[in-house]
Amino acid sequence: MITLAGVSKLYGGRRVVDRLDLALTDGSFNVIVGPSGCGKSTTLRMMNALIPADEGRITVNGRDVRDGDPAILRRGIGYVIQAGGLFPHWSVFDNIATVPRLLGWPKARVAERVAALLAMVGLQADGLARRRPSELSGGQQQRVGVARALAADPPILLMDEPFGALDPVTRHGLQDELKAIHKATGKTIVLVTHDIEEALKLGERIIMLEEGRIAQDGTPAAIVHRPANARVRDFIGGEEAILKLLAGATVAQVMRPVASEAAGASIAPGATLSAALAHMVASGHRTLDVSEADGRRIGRIGFEDLDPGRPA
Amino acid sequence: MTLRALRPVLLMAALLAGLLVLLPRSALLFHALFPSLDRPLYTRASFLDLTLAHIRLVLGATGAAALVGVSAGIFVTREAGRRLLPLLSATAAIGQTFPPVAVLALTVPVLGYGSGATLVALFVYALLPIIANTVTGLEGVERSTLEAADGMGFTPLRRLLQIELPLAAPVILAGIRTSAIINVGTATVGSTVGALSLGSPIIEGLSGSNTAYVVQGAILVATLALLIDRLFALGSDGTPA
Repeated sequence: MITLAGVSKLYGGRRVVDRLDLALTDGSFNVIVGPSGCGKSTTLRMMNALIPADEGRITVNGRDVRDGDPAILRRGIGYVIQAGGLFPHWSVFDNIATVPRLLGWPKARVAERVAALLAMVGLQADGLARRRPSELSGGQQQRVGVARALAADPPILLMDEPFGALDPVTRHGLQDELKAIHKATGKTIVLVTHDIEEALKLGERIIMLEEGRIAQDGTPAAIVHRPANARVRDFIGGEEAILKLLAGATVAQVMRPVASEAAGASIAPGATLSAALAHMVASGHRTLDVSEADGRRIGRIGFEDLDPGRPA
Repeated sequence: MTLRALRPVLLMAALLAGLLVLLPRSALLFHALFPSLDRPLYTRASFLDLTLAHIRLVLGATGAAALVGVSAGIFVTREAGRRLLPLLSATAAIGQTFPPVAVLALTVPVLGYGSGATLVALFVYALLPIIANTVTGLEGVERSTLEAADGMGFTPLRRLLQIELPLAAPVILAGIRTSAIINVGTATVGSTVGALSLGSPIIEGLSGSNTAYVVQGAILVATLALLIDRLFALGSDGTPA
């Protein structure tokens, strides 16, 4: 649990973060989103005390982040920044081993943990662990950054524009993997981004910041269907934001029990809802069968099922 | 470290050793080269003693300057010492503008003739490149790398030792290298105030119009400078560690 109570940060008299109140529940995937200069990065960095708050109180699992040694606090909070922020003079192995070594783990346990993390982020290939960060692609570097943050199995993961420097294909791949990692590990994740598409795709809860204040706080569906004001509506891209929402969910999540007669067109359960919509438009059917690769029908999905967040 | 990398060092070391063995036995050669001189071979002190004294001066002064300079460079790049950065840079720069003879002229009245005054002059001289490079090296470490280190939970001391210094090491070493090489040459001036060094034959040769002495001192100084330079090259070549 991370709580912010009346938290402000002032730079030269300007309130970059303005009396923010926030409570993030354990195991949730939270995305703080907003335009440049809205205070989202500052808010994140106050959570692990990289920046001291000027007003208010921040607690992580009930403890004020100002109490005790900040280095100790940070070893219990995973932290990922843009382009990885890897240590260029250390191998991939040493980078991932950073926090376990700071915590004084025995050698064998460190080696075992690094191997497990390399596998988790898909970097188990031979020899990769001995390479320097400069010998990796941007996507690989970011994977190492995520693995390094997860190394000591912290309950919380703070991510500051982690995928901002990547090409779209790599970015989408890593977003999917992060979602899977969240599902598998149940970490509390706080991710900062200026990319509304990324926010709608990843976040269970989206906190929109505007000039250091919360413009809107809610589920992706709530933000898309009921934007709090015209600026939020503009930022998410108007009605078309619904398409981004559909891109973040799969057919399997909303399908209904299988019907007796076939619908005439079918789609895989792992397809996104935006793919299902496209298929409905292209095939002319308002209802699709959900079929496994072997042709077995396992459910159906209708046009009206596409957007479960739509107000009734 | 491979033998291949060591080759230039071994070559220069062998050259210096060879010169130290052959020079005392080269009276006939220098008689032939400088027929007008009565005593064309410097014999007041052995070339080996001169070289060892020279190395002691350079190592002592550069070592002390490295210790003080790197420490000062670290201090002014910490939060607590950052205010002193402009002052330190200015002071070190002013120290460098004094010609070595002028520094000697200032130190001799305090420390007397001999190697003490020379050591101090060489120390002052070596300080600027080391401070300047330490500051440049430490300031050159990427912001994102430092932020990552802080975010991971490094203590300030651990961050310095494991992240900042290793990343700045090539630049810092280059500064110490520059200082050491400058000092090999500048140490010869110490002989004007009575310090034993390879400058002794050079100074005596210049004042007594004995070109042979100058040549003998200069050859050894140049070889020593090349040897030290090659030694530092060992530490800075390849990937930064």
